[in-house]
Amino acid sequence: MARKITIEPVTRVEGHGKVTIHLDDAHRVTQSRFHIVEFRGFERFVQGRPYWEAPVLVERLCGICPVSHHLAAAKAADVIVGLGLEGLSPTAEKMRRLMHYGQMFQSHALHFFHLCSPDLLFGADADPAIRNVIGVILRHRDLAVRAVLLRKFGQEVILATAGKKIHGTGAIPGGINKNLGPEERDALLRGPAPFNAETMIQWAAEAVEFFKDFHKKNRALVDGFAAFPSNHLSLVRKDGALDFYHGVLRAVDAEGRKVLDDVDYQTYLDHIGEEVRSWSYMKFPYLRRLGKADGWYRVGPLARLNTCDFIPTPLAQKEFEIFKDFTKGRPNNMSLHTHWARLIELLHSGEVIRDLLLDPDLQGTELVRKRKKRREGIGLVEAPRGTLFHHYQIDGHDQITMANLIVSTTNNNEPMNRAVDWVARNVLEGQTEITEGMLNRVEIAIRAYDPCLSCATHALGQMPLAVELYDAGGALLDRRSR
Amino acid sequence: MNKITFTIDGQACTAEAGQTILEAARANGIYIPSLCWFEGMKPAGSCRICTVRAGGRYMAACTQPVSEQMVIENMAPDLEDMRKALVEMLFVEGNHMCPTCEKSGNCELQALAYRYQMLVPRFPYDFPVRRVEPAGPKILLEHNRCIKCLRCVRGVKAKDGRRVFGALRRGGRKKIAVDLSLAAALSDRRAREAMDRCPVGSILKKEVGFIVPVGKRKYDATPIGSDLRKAEG
Ligand code: SF4
Ligand code: NI
Repeated sequence: MARKITIEPVTRVEGHGKVTIHLDDAHRVTQSRFHIVEFRGFERFVQGRPYWEAPVLVERLCGICPVSHHLAAAKAADVIVGLGLEGLSPTAEKMRRLMHYGQMFQSHALHFFHLCSPDLLFGADADPAIRNVIGVILRHRDLAVRAVLLRKFGQEVILATAGKKIHGTGAIPGGINKNLGPEERDALLRGPAPFNAETMIQWAAEAVEFFKDFHKKNRALVDGFAAFPSNHLSLVRKDGALDFYHGVLRAVDAEGRKVLDDVDYQTYLDHIGEEVRSWSYMKFPYLRRLGKADGWYRVGPLARLNTCDFIPTPLAQKEFEIFKDFTKGRPNNMSLHTHWARLIELLHSGEVIRDLLLDPDLQGTELVRKRKKRREGIGLVEAPRGTLFHHYQIDGHDQITMANLIVSTTNNNEPMNRAVDWVARNVLEGQTEITEGMLNRVEIAIRAYDPCLSCATHALGQMPLAVELYDAGGALLDRRSR
Repeated sequence: MNKITFTIDGQACTAEAGQTILEAARANGIYIPSLCWFEGMKPAGSCRICTVRAGGRYMAACTQPVSEQMVIENMAPDLEDMRKALVEMLFVEGNHMCPTCEKSGNCELQALAYRYQMLVPRFPYDFPVRRVEPAGPKILLEHNRCIKCLRCVRGVKAKDGRRVFGALRRGGRKKIAVDLSLAAALSDRRAREAMDRCPVGSILKKEVGFIVPVGKRKYDATPIGSDLRKAEG
C-alpha cells in the first residue's frame, strides 16, 4: 500500500517547513519534497513606503540575520541616491563591513555550536533529549562557554555599528549614521581576555581543528552524507577573493567551470530566473544560461569556497588551501562539508573584524554621500546562508513601487530538496518503521543549509518535529512527534 | 506684577497672571504630560492628555488659566490611568508601527507609551486604511501615524504667514491636508521644523530618516518630561 510520510516542524513565528515523502507499495520513495512557508508578504507591504525606510523595514524578515537584509537594502538605496559601493566614504563602507562581518561571526558561531555540534558530538542516533545545545552545555562545558562568547562577540560588533544587537538602524542610504568611537573599538580589540578579537580568532581556529578532527574520524558520514553535484553561486571580490559584503556575481558548475563570469549584479535579472512550482510558495531560482532543469545552484559557505579563488586573510587562507586540497582543487559537493566551510568563514570573519578595528578610517567623520537620484537600485550581500538579493524601484515621490527579494533560503530551495531526497532514498527507503534516528537525518540534511526556518528554533538547537504516516487512502497509520 | 499662588499635588507654586496651568507648572519645574501642546504656539486643548483636576473638575491644563489658590491634582493614579487610556486610543486609531518608523526614539506618542508602560492597548485596533501622501519635493505625509493634534495646522507657516497645512472634515473623519504649492516652497530648514513640530512620524522631511543613531535620539537616554527637574514628585 502506498504511504505518505509527513515530517512537519511545528509552526513558529518565523518561517516553517515540512517534509513529505511518498512511498509506493514496496516502500520505495516515489517523491520527496521540502516545503517552506516563506515571506513573500514583505515585497507587497514595502510598496508605498519611502525608500530610506527599506533597510529598517525589511530587516524585520528575520531575527537571526537582520543585518544581511539591512545591508542589502541599504546597498540598493545607495544606488538610488546615485552611488555604487565605490561612491561611499571609506568610513561608511568600512563601518558597514564591520557590521556585516560581525553578523557573519555571530551567525556562524551560533549555527555551528548550537545547531551542528550536537549532531557531531552525540551522533544522529542519540536521544534528542541529549542531542541539543543543552546536552552540549551539560557534557561539553568548555565548548558551550565558548559558543556563548563567540556569539556575544559578534553581537557586540553589531551593537557598535548598527546601534542595536538586533534590528539596528546603522546603514542609511549613501552611508552610515555613526562611526566607531575609540572606546567602542578598544572594548572589542583590547577587552580583557577572553573577550577580545585575538582570542576570538584563536577560538575560531580551534573550532576548525575540531571539525577536521571529527572529519578524520568520521569520513564516511561527512563525505558521503547528502553529497550530490550542483552549481555554486556567490559574490566574489573583483580579484576573485572571498568577500561577504560586495563583489561581482560568479557561478561555477560541479566541475568548476565558470557558468557566470563575474558579472555586475545590477544585471542579475539577465542571469537569474525564478521558477514557480505549483506545490510550493517558495520560488526556485536558476541560472538562465543552463535553464530551469539544470540551472539550480547552491549558495552559502560551501558555494562561496567553491567560487572564490582565495581568502584574503592569512589564517583562513591556510585552512582554505587544506579545504581545497581535499577535493584536489575541484568544487566540493558534499553537503556536510558546509560546516567545514562555515568554520573557515568564521575564522576569516574574526580576522577581518580585527583588521577593521585597527583601521583609523572607522573614526572618520564623513558618513553620508549622495549624488544624482535614480529610480531603481539593486543590492546584494553574501548573507551567512548565502547570496541575498534586494531589488527596488521607486516613483518620483521617493515611494517604493516594486520590490523583489531573493533570500538565501530561496536560493538553496532546490539543494535542500535534493538533500532531503538523498536521505529519503538512502535512509528511509525500504523501511516500514520510522525511527528517531531517521528523522534526525532528515533534519541534519536540512540543517547543513541552515535555512531560515530554523531561525525560530535556534535557541534550543532542535527542530521540533511531528511525523505522520499515511496510507494510500489518507488514513493515519502512525504518528511520532517530539 | 501680581503673583498667583497655587499648588500642584500639594507643592506650592507661583505663576504670572494669565498663565495657563501647563505653562505655570513648567515654570515651576513640574511636568504635566501633553501631546498637542507645543511651546510658543497657541494651545488647542484637543488631545486631553494634559487633563488635571481642580476642585473636582477636570480641565485641560494647556488651555485653562491658573487662578489664585487653585489646588491642582496632576499625578493622581486615576488621572494617570486616564492619560494612558488616551494614549492607547491614539495607538489603536491609527497604524503605528514603531519598529520601522523613522520617528522612533524622537516620537512623543511613543515616549508617552513608554512612560505609561503600555503593552497591549485595552481597546481593539481599528486598522484604518490610510496612505502615504506625497506633499511636494521636500515632504511626505504619512497619514497612518497622524493623531490630528493640529500642531502642523497651527504652527507651520509659509514666508507670508499663510498656513501650509489644514484640517478637512471633523471628528473621527478629520484628515490633514496640505497646500502643495506652499509645501513645495518651504526651505529645507522650514521643512525640517515642520517634521520636528509633528509629535509623531506623520510629517517626514525626505531623506533624513534614521540619520540619528540609536542611543542619540531624543528619548533614548531620558524619558519624556525629564527635562523638567521635579518631574515626578
Ligand atoms: S500631521 Fe503631525 S502635527 Fe499634523 S495633525 Fe497629524 S500628527 Fe499632528
Ligand atoms: Ni534569517
